[in-house]
Amino acid sequence: MDASLFTSMLFATVVAGTPLIIVALGLLVNEKAGVLNLGAEGMMAMGAVAAFAVTHHSGSPWLGVMAGMAAAMAVSLIFGFLTLTLQANQVAAGLALSIFGVGLSAFIGKPFESIALPAVPPIRIPFIADLPLIGEALYNQQALVYLSWALFWVVVWFLYRSRAGLVLRAVGESPASAHAIGHPVILIRYLAVLFGGAMAGMGGAFLSVFYTPMWVEGMVAGRGWIALALVVFATWRPLRVMIGAYLFGGVMITQLFIQGSGMQLDFPAQFLSSLPYWATIIVLVVISRNVNTIRLNSPMSLGKPYRAEG
Amino acid sequence: MLRLEPRPEASRLMSYLSPLLAAVLTLMAGMAVFSMLGKDPVEGLRLFLLNPVKDLYGVSELLLKATPLMLCAIGLAVGFRANIWNIGAEGQFMLGTVGATGVALYFQESDSSLILPTMVFAGALAGAAWAAIPALLKTRFNANEILVSLMLVYVAQLFVSWLVFGPWKDPDGFNFPQTAMFGDHALLPVLVEGTRLHFGFLIALTALLAGYAFMNRSYTGFKMRVAGEAADAARYAGFSANRMIWIGLLTGGAAAGIAGMCEVAGPMGQLTDKVSLGYGFAAIIVAFVGRLNPVGILFASLLMALLYIGGEQVQQYMNLPSSISLVFQGLLLFFLLGSDVFIHYRLKFGRATA
Repeated sequence: MDASLFTSMLFATVVAGTPLIIVALGLLVNEKAGVLNLGAEGMMAMGAVAAFAVTHHSGSPWLGVMAGMAAAMAVSLIFGFLTLTLQANQVAAGLALSIFGVGLSAFIGKPFESIALPAVPPIRIPFIADLPLIGEALYNQQALVYLSWALFWVVVWFLYRSRAGLVLRAVGESPASAHAIGHPVILIRYLAVLFGGAMAGMGGAFLSVFYTPMWVEGMVAGRGWIALALVVFATWRPLRVMIGAYLFGGVMITQLFIQGSGMQLDFPAQFLSSLPYWATIIVLVVISRNVNTIRLNSPMSLGKPYRAEG
Repeated sequence: MLRLEPRPEASRLMSYLSPLLAAVLTLMAGMAVFSMLGKDPVEGLRLFLLNPVKDLYGVSELLLKATPLMLCAIGLAVGFRANIWNIGAEGQFMLGTVGATGVALYFQESDSSLILPTMVFAGALAGAAWAAIPALLKTRFNANEILVSLMLVYVAQLFVSWLVFGPWKDPDGFNFPQTAMFGDHALLPVLVEGTRLHFGFLIALTALLAGYAFMNRSYTGFKMRVAGEAADAARYAGFSANRMIWIGLLTGGAAAGIAGMCEVAGPMGQLTDKVSLGYGFAAIIVAFVGRLNPVGILFASLLMALLYIGGEQVQQYMNLPSSISLVFQGLLLFFLLGSDVFIHYRLKFGRATA
């Protein structure tokens, strides 16, 4: 493999992994508080369409990103209300959110199909972008790529170094104990759901404004679900979320490069396109094989409704 | 101040009323959506609810749409009752279309009356085989069936796309992504002259009966209900969790596969890359709204079919995207989950008493 191919593949891998990192880190915080939100796909779709629409009208990708985050937070609030206030089943409410979000985004996005946004220029970090091989790939990237790295550090710091993070994890492990020592369990879970929504919205916005600057129905293409799988794969640890996201980005990009290379292959393009989905299944199998890994690492109250007694 | 007070025991009445309440709330939300879009809400509702069923043909179209929903939902309900979350019925449906289409294309020239039964069997088998993947990975490796079955939906979609763009493409089809039309003996007979309502509707009704017999009258069905409602009790009684996972997923897969067969051998008459309109996902909502109960599923699938057809109507007459149906589907499930709070809680005015 020659150097320029390596650089461009690394560049593309980082780009493809970025939305997954952002969304999966949001879901990680969400799940650390004990709430399983299967609505990621719908929230990403909402984020993508809102970001696209606002960017198109305002001309500002940053307003777009904010709109995407706001839209996804708004729908995540429906999920929060159902599961946290009304004690609804989290699996069912998450599925409803996915269906609703995908449907509503398709509905809103109809007039925007066949419009392309101008590409947002990358931000070049002086000096280190000149490094051989990796410089162009890592340090001449979209702002959101750098932001995803910052987000990683913030999430690590928050979960493991801050008092608020400790409380959040306590709420996820044992809501009853957290409640007993005076922490507002439901409020904390609401905030976690909103954070998960905001990150899913940002991930969606990255897709429609930066990655492929256009809106197509179904463009999220399962990334919300893959992000959910990533959190399991990472056994609820931020660093592994990051590594996993880039591995997935790598799988997605490799198949695209093979398809685009004009190589004569014995198998069809659709099989290559299905690789990321198979990869998701395989990593789930590998990581779940040991029941104890999951049991030890998953937040104890994950997916269980909680209602304060008395 | 309003507050929720736990009921001493779950209200049976509310568990039946809550889907109705959800349907009414969805309609009200629908009217609000139409007003927000600057459309006449009454006209919108008329298009959604009444226009589709204003004559015999309309009713037959409604039953036609309800057929795949009923089939998929009753299969899913078997698993859902035991808390086995197969959400990949959409993919199993597509594999069903592939299995059935394979048989139809292979015996294109034949006029044997065995073709249709073989197609049903092949559809069920293919759907079940697709569902066997999450079942195997769940029982053998503890892999989450929600994520695995969902990932396989995308794979199934790509598989169908490969078939209709590649080896199964109709050589005389002007390069459209579709197979040749099936022979007459591979098409399900029409039930009512002049409509598209086909024999698959009767298959779906039979499936509802079979689902009832299995869930409410068989020992295995009883065990699965126990596992769903009281997992600890089921474990203590020594019911095999793995066996239930297999039964739950295979039943769901087979039923969705038959639904797929009915679609290609019914209204479509061929396989295309747009063979499913999200029936597998809508069926999840149907199963919930129908309270995982065959009679409930019958009514819920009719309601859902109405939402589908209504979506096409407002697209045609009001120039709104048909994805509005998906919005209403999601709303319906939201409202159902919200209304369900009244099964376990009642609304009280005033402050909590100690």
